[in-house]
Amino acid sequence: MNAMPKLQRGIIHLFIIGMGLIMLYPILWLISSSFKPSYLIFTDLSLWPKEVTVDNYVNGWAGIANMSFGKFIGNSLFLAFMCVLGNIVACSLAAFAFGRLDFSFKKILFALMMMTIMLPYHVTIIPQYILFRNFGWIDTYAPMFIPKLLATDAFFIFLMVQFIRGLPRDLDESATIDGCGPFQIFFRIIMPLAFPALITTAIFTFIWTWDDFLSQLLYLNSPAQYTVPLGLRLFLDSSGESNWGPMLAMSVVSLVPSLIIFFSLQRYFVEGISTTGIKG
Amino acid sequence: MISSLYLSFTQYDLVSSPKWAGLANYIKMFTNDPRYIQSLKVTLTYVFVSVPLKLIFALFVAILMNQGIRALGIYRTVYYIPTLLGGSVAIAVMWRKMFGTGGAFNQFLYNVFGYQAPDWVANPKYALYSIILLTVWQFGSSMIIFLAGLKQIPQEYYEAAQVDGAGRMRRFFNVTLPMLSPVIFFNLIIQLINAFQAFTQAFIISGGKGGPLDSTLFYTLYLYQKGFTFFEMGYASAMAWILVILIAIITAVFFGTSKYWVHYADGGK
Repeated sequence: MNAMPKLQRGIIHLFIIGMGLIMLYPILWLISSSFKPSYLIFTDLSLWPKEVTVDNYVNGWAGIANMSFGKFIGNSLFLAFMCVLGNIVACSLAAFAFGRLDFSFKKILFALMMMTIMLPYHVTIIPQYILFRNFGWIDTYAPMFIPKLLATDAFFIFLMVQFIRGLPRDLDESATIDGCGPFQIFFRIIMPLAFPALITTAIFTFIWTWDDFLSQLLYLNSPAQYTVPLGLRLFLDSSGESNWGPMLAMSVVSLVPSLIIFFSLQRYFVEGISTTGIKG
Repeated sequence: MISSLYLSFTQYDLVSSPKWAGLANYIKMFTNDPRYIQSLKVTLTYVFVSVPLKLIFALFVAILMNQGIRALGIYRTVYYIPTLLGGSVAIAVMWRKMFGTGGAFNQFLYNVFGYQAPDWVANPKYALYSIILLTVWQFGSSMIIFLAGLKQIPQEYYEAAQVDGAGRMRRFFNVTLPMLSPVIFFNLIIQLINAFQAFTQAFIISGGKGGPLDSTLFYTLYLYQKGFTFFEMGYASAMAWILVILIAIITAVFFGTSKYWVHYADGGK
């Protein structure tokens, strides 16, 4: 295998690049269309627009139904931030408990937790919806981030438990000898060492919250509370031909945060995916 | 969960209190609700077409990339981007536009092959397949998992096989596939579970209605409609339970057969 002929190598490169271009084509099309005037979007196929305009961005940003798109972004950022915070705090504590502490029924509780990963989200939405409705939480962000504070994202707990188990126990022991209690061990030893796992959790929580559609669709009713996915849907629903440009432009905008995070923290992505099989 | 199980035996519209209905919800589903059967069919088709295709693509690309070529990092990034962005509404919107009438894809077919293609999204025959294509397009994370798995296979096995005179194909079928089978199995289960729960794309592409002619009425979409458009909470809960049972059965079948085709290096556990 090492002695692969140059020609063959070249063919593989060409093939991968070609396929990569096909893979990226839709996204490039999206970006280029967002800079085209509306009348050209569906007539001009080329990726390089004949006429460049930023009108779509201006109009899109001005928003819809008297809501600026910036407002949706602000809402989404707020929600994503709360979810990330909740998950990091709650899941790391829970993972520390499962990974390091001894308590009764630990095995059973861990198994139960793992089961909830397999469980489809749709089984719980209805009782959850009824519960939160009784709390009067409809049309607020509470249903989406309060549960995170109770460490409900079992997936991330699992990820961190795996990580914490990989840390040498000797460190805890020497810390105990130095007089550290469980909390000090948690904050001074485990947390700094588990940093990569925390980052992975933060990244994926952010992206999943950012892209999440179903729960935001269920719980948010008034446009003032709308997040980016719901805002885009508003555009889609009111789609006259003239609206396509702004909508595509705002679609591009909505992808930017995920891309920034991806490119700046790529290392953690690949690690996170290949060690735990996170879905994208 | 428990309350969901209870609700599945009732009729509940959020306003009045739940009424005990016994098995009525379940019976109605299978005997008196063609849209339910349709949603089941759509989802099963979707799952059993999109998951294998996605895995085959992912494995194929992973093997290509594992040939010790340079610039692996860049390629991996490029192939992962669709997966990264794919779950968002923005991409679903874009897909709808690209494959709709006058969308870029049709114009391409027309300009290059002179073929006047149908509107893929609005035609009941093809709408589901345009969503499947969207799913297959996002094979990035499976690919990365396969890549990591491929790297675990010791080179000596290949060398030994070569010494024994095994050609490229033999090496693939007799070394790569068995060695990779735990990873394939893992990917398969994850993708199956995800595929059953697909919602966003179907919702956006079909305009939230599962159209045209219910051809993209995904199970989850119908569940959403029943629960949150018609407020038949009991019925929706019952649907959710059938979904759980369905996923459990299919997962169990794969786990059951796994000992025949999944090869663990330590001789099974």
